[in-house]
Amino acid sequence: MSKYYLNYLDELESEAIFVLREVWAQFENPVILFSGGKDSILLTHLAKKAFYPAKIPFPLMHVDTGHNFPETIQFRDDIIKELGVQLIVGSVQESIDEGRVAEERGKSATRNALQTTTLLDAIEANKIDCAIGGGRRDEEKARAKERFFSHRDDFGQWDPKNQRPELWNLFNGKHFQGEHFRAFPISNWTEMDVWNYIKRENIAIPSLYFAHEREVVRREDTWIPNSEFLILEDHEEVVIKKIRFRTLGDITITGGDESEADTLEKIVIEVAGMRNTERGNRSDDKRSESAMEDRKRQGYF
Amino acid sequence: MIDNNQLLRFTTAGSVDDGKSTLIGRLLYDSKSIFEDQLQSIENTSKKKGYDGVDLALFTDGLRDEREQGITIDVAYRYFTTPKRKFIIADTPGHIQYTRNMVTGASTANVATILIDARHGVIEQTKRHAFIASLLHIPHIIVCINKMDLVDFSEDVYNKIVKEFEEIASKLLVTDVRFIPMSALLGDNVVNRSENMPWYQGAPMLHTLETIHIGSDINKIDTRFPVQTVLRPQREGYIDYRGYAGRLASGILRKGDEVTIMPSGFTSKIKGINLHDKELDEAYAPMSVSVTLEDDIDISRGDMIVRSNNKPEASQDIEVMLCWLNNSPAKPRAKYSIRHTSNVQTAMIKEVIYKYDITTLDRITGDSELEMNDISKVKIRTTKPLMVDSYRENRTTGSIILVDDSTNETVAAGMIV
Repeated sequence: MSKYYLNYLDELESEAIFVLREVWAQFENPVILFSGGKDSILLTHLAKKAFYPAKIPFPLMHVDTGHNFPETIQFRDDIIKELGVQLIVGSVQESIDEGRVAEERGKSATRNALQTTTLLDAIEANKIDCAIGGGRRDEEKARAKERFFSHRDDFGQWDPKNQRPELWNLFNGKHFQGEHFRAFPISNWTEMDVWNYIKRENIAIPSLYFAHEREVVRREDTWIPNSEFLILEDHEEVVIKKIRFRTLGDITITGGDESEADTLEKIVIEVAGMRNTERGNRSDDKRSESAMEDRKRQGYF
Repeated sequence: MIDNNQLLRFTTAGSVDDGKSTLIGRLLYDSKSIFEDQLQSIENTSKKKGYDGVDLALFTDGLRDEREQGITIDVAYRYFTTPKRKFIIADTPGHIQYTRNMVTGASTANVATILIDARHGVIEQTKRHAFIASLLHIPHIIVCINKMDLVDFSEDVYNKIVKEFEEIASKLLVTDVRFIPMSALLGDNVVNRSENMPWYQGAPMLHTLETIHIGSDINKIDTRFPVQTVLRPQREGYIDYRGYAGRLASGILRKGDEVTIMPSGFTSKIKGINLHDKELDEAYAPMSVSVTLEDDIDISRGDMIVRSNNKPEASQDIEVMLCWLNNSPAKPRAKYSIRHTSNVQTAMIKEVIYKYDITTLDRITGDSELEMNDISKVKIRTTKPLMVDSYRENRTTGSIILVDDSTNETVAAGMIV
């Protein structure tokens, strides 16, 4: 006799597919925010499932800071070709060149915060009414309050104290001209769920997630990859280590961990034994107690 | 590998004073679901605030305003996994002015946990929490009688509170209620069995959450498949393909089933069921699939595919238990958009039959003002029929929300009687 209940991964998958189809049905011009990280790859995989045998009926959008891992860009271009979908690129470099934003100064300067302007400009220029993101509620305390369908005003801002109530699976995506939504189909997934699912479905991910030898520099308890953007301090030294990345952000701020995990099986085992959160190595989240909340209010991912 | 593990969603209602945050912190801490950098962060905060030990309640801190005021305002979701199950906690505030947030958190829960301070016993707030759990038809209730350390772990105190709660529960529609005496602060009966209460023979909270039967929480009898969107791939091999995409709200759908499309009433047979490139013989709630039919019928979003021998009621007049969610009160005889599964229609609140005084839970008649947090029984008229079941039988096809078209805000949530 067959069982008539879903295991938790199937239930999360079913929920995410439902949300993706709801986005397609309720919005005119949605996009998937694609960073080349595992969460946006997962999202793209789920979208492929949701609309099969049709193609994913909306473009992917990449906010390109210019500070990329080369592997990520290659991966992005390959996946676009395979799926036969359109790619929209919002360029932070262009925003800088046009004087929309100014580069941060100082030692720990990053382009992380600049992305918000580029993202909002790209949303406006392409008349996007819903940007689908791979944000998860387990990532960070401000994200824990996020809705599946999350309203942004005509300045692209999030008002966490005035969110629309979301009951059962009844999502309300109604909005006025100029406003948009962010949708988060994998809200209820944890890092562990993502890895277990990637392993189960054998989803292709960038090689950066697997342990590999790389030139790195020790900085604030993590291994920062050497790149053309890295400015070495006097006491710092470039060494070669076998590392892997738990999350992928800009090459300038994403730290790796020493690891031997070079297969999905080994990664799942490693993640299960992790004793720090995955954003612990992201200097963008370390700035203050409410760093994420503040960035999200302004329109960040 | 945790292969067949189920997902359990539970809600916690309560204020900081009840020890709710401490309970969640304890559950996460003792089940080893807290990472070192998180622990480090709250150790630092505890020290800064001058506390002796680590304040586990700090784990559930959220937005800046909440941290400053030391309260929960919005629903926050938290996650943990044990070797037996994955858990989602909808952590909601407990005060009366946040009733709407409690209703939101309760809407998808399998289990409601209700916290009682052993020193105070059943109070007004307990009654309200039990009432909301019953109203939202949460299948299981766990009553956590907390702070037992402050009443000398007394069995008599525990028994008295159980009796008090059973008296109020007898007037509500609740089926499965369990009681657990605990001290979240000391960790008694949260994850680990209490050594201070040998008289308690039951299981600690985590074990209860891990083993409670939830496989029957979703209706598997009445097949309801609301169509979300139609898949029409414009590619070779699929020129005439029309797949109806949706998530089964309830019941089971099999290849060859005789089905009726509502509201049109056309009939056909299920030709195929697909999940991505896999062909399935059957699908059951809550699976997201796409189906094809033997006949070419005009079907679009908002329609519902059901078994021909088991249909929901198609109705323009429904009675609803309505919770008002918005700052602006209901406008008499105003039109609202009503959302029910994937169907959107226009609706009007025709009559307020009665309203609950959410302090005493008495019914008030003759007061038709609907303000934020009000819970009332109303009559609603829609422009076109909705395919409805009663909420008691079907949480998905028995629930609605109202949207104010002038603000686009979700202003009310309702359970069809």
